[in-house]
This record gives sequence, structure tokens and C-alpha cells, in this order.
Amino acid sequence: MIKKILFLITSILSIVTLKANAQEAVDNASKNFMTSEGKIYVVVAVVVTIITGLFIYLYRLDRKISQLEKSK
Amino acid sequence: MLRKYWWKLLAYLLLLYTAVMGFLVKIPILDGRLQQTIRNLFFHVPMWFGMMILLTTSVVYAIKYLRNPLPKYDAYSTAYATTGVVYGVLGLITGAIWANYQWGEPWSGDPKQNGAAIAILIYLAYFVLRGSLQDDEKKARIGSVYNVFSFAMLFPTLWILPRLTESLHPGGEGSEGNPGLNGGDLAPEMRLVFWPAVLGWTLLGVWISTIRIRIALYHQEKLFND
Repeated sequence: MIKKILFLITSILSIVTLKANAQEAVDNASKNFMTSEGKIYVVVAVVVTIITGLFIYLYRLDRKISQLEKSK
Repeated sequence: MLRKYWWKLLAYLLLLYTAVMGFLVKIPILDGRLQQTIRNLFFHVPMWFGMMILLTTSVVYAIKYLRNPLPKYDAYSTAYATTGVVYGVLGLITGAIWANYQWGEPWSGDPKQNGAAIAILIYLAYFVLRGSLQDDEKKARIGSVYNVFSFAMLFPTLWILPRLTESLHPGGEGSEGNPGLNGGDLAPEMRLVFWPAVLGWTLLGVWISTIRIRIALYHQEKLFND
């Protein structure tokens, strides 16, 4: 239950930040770090997010198996 | 090792470094042919390095099983073979994407492409063979023997045969040195991203394999206790 609540909170937070970032990007496109260098940092952010997500998933899988191993 | 966390964290940090530096590292623009696609070196090539390491680990455990038939060795061998083949398939797909823009078509029958496809097919037969046997001990024994055969085919199809003819890949007929390990050909700042990338992707493969191993061991012990 706590995990579900945490997940919900983090998803809401990330959506809010994403929206804020998007707004910021529109506001000062020329100054924004993310939109410099041909917007390559956007791609970096996407790939970093995917890798982080995959590793969180793997970590949870690992934990689940540890619990299984303990329970027998 | 299976249940330790430090190397899993290391894998994450290395891949984070790869993901950031892979896009940001300065690359030499030679003649406008490869341009930015050379950054695939940090993503496509480590799939193959990772596959070689995972499949080598797999054959080591297959031989261990043949010398001393403990079911756990077979669990190790199968898990590493599975992850290795997944890496190989990802290598083929990413290679085809790159080739489409570099050589004009996703599959040009390049000797290394063909060789890699043959090697993967030989390994796929390993799973077909195992799946067709009911008895676990027979599955493990025949599977291990076949694993040794597949491994014996892996190096010729990937490293020897493609180098004897003209190839679109580096290291074809007429080129000097080993294309995979000839560090001098690579810009030094790229080398600093490439090797951490290889280690990071390989460790990720090892982690995925250990999860499969632990599931298999759990089932084996459960079966033994029931």
C-alpha cells in the first residue's frame, strides 16, 4: 500500500515537473540548457530516464526473488 | 556474488555515464560518412562484446556440468546463454538500423551480418533442443554438449570467416590488425566511453542472468524438497 502511494506521489510530481519544464522551455527557449546544442540534452534525459527505470525494475525483481529465497 | 549489490550499482553508474557521455563526447568528424552515427559504438558494439562474454560464461558452466553433473551448473549455463542470445538479437536489430542509414539497406548480406545471424540461429537451436527433451537430466547433459558445439561455431562465424572476405564492417579482407581490439584506431576520448560502456552493458546482462539463475535454483530446490 505504501509503495502504491509512493508511486502515485512520484508520478504526480514528475508530471508536474515535466509540465513546469515544458512551460519554462517555451518561456526562455534561447537560455534554456535543455534546448541548447541542438536539443541533444533532451535525448540524454530520455535515455537516462529509461536506464534508471529499467534498473529500478531490475532492483525490485531482485528484491522479490530475495524474499522468495528467504521464505522457503 | 549472486546476491551482492555493489556491482549492480556499478553497472547502473557505468550505463548512466555511457548514456550521458555517449551523446556528449566530442567525436572526430573524418569524412562525413559516419558523422554522428559513430556514437552507436557505445550502444551497438557493446551488445556483441556483452554477448561474447555471456556466451563464454555459459560454455564454461556447460563444461563444468559435463565434468560434474550438478543441476546448478546447468541453471547457470542456460541463464547466461539466454541473456547472451537476447544481446545478440539486440545487436542484430541495432546493426540493421545503423546499416539502413550507413550502407543503404538494413541487410546487405555483409559477411559479418550473415555470420552473426548464423551464430544466433545455432544458439536458438540450443533452446529448441532443450525444449524437446522431457527428462531434466537428459536436457542438461545434451544441452551442455550442444552448448560446446555452438560455442565452437561462434568464433569462426563472428571473428574468422567475416575477416577472410571483403566486408562492410571494419576488419574485412586487406585490413590490418584486429578491428575489435585495435585501440589505436579509436580516438582516445571515445575509448574512455567505449570500455566503460562494454563493462556496464555486460554487467547488466550478468544481473539479468543472475535473476534467471536464482529463479531456476529456487524451482530446483523446491522440486527437491517436495
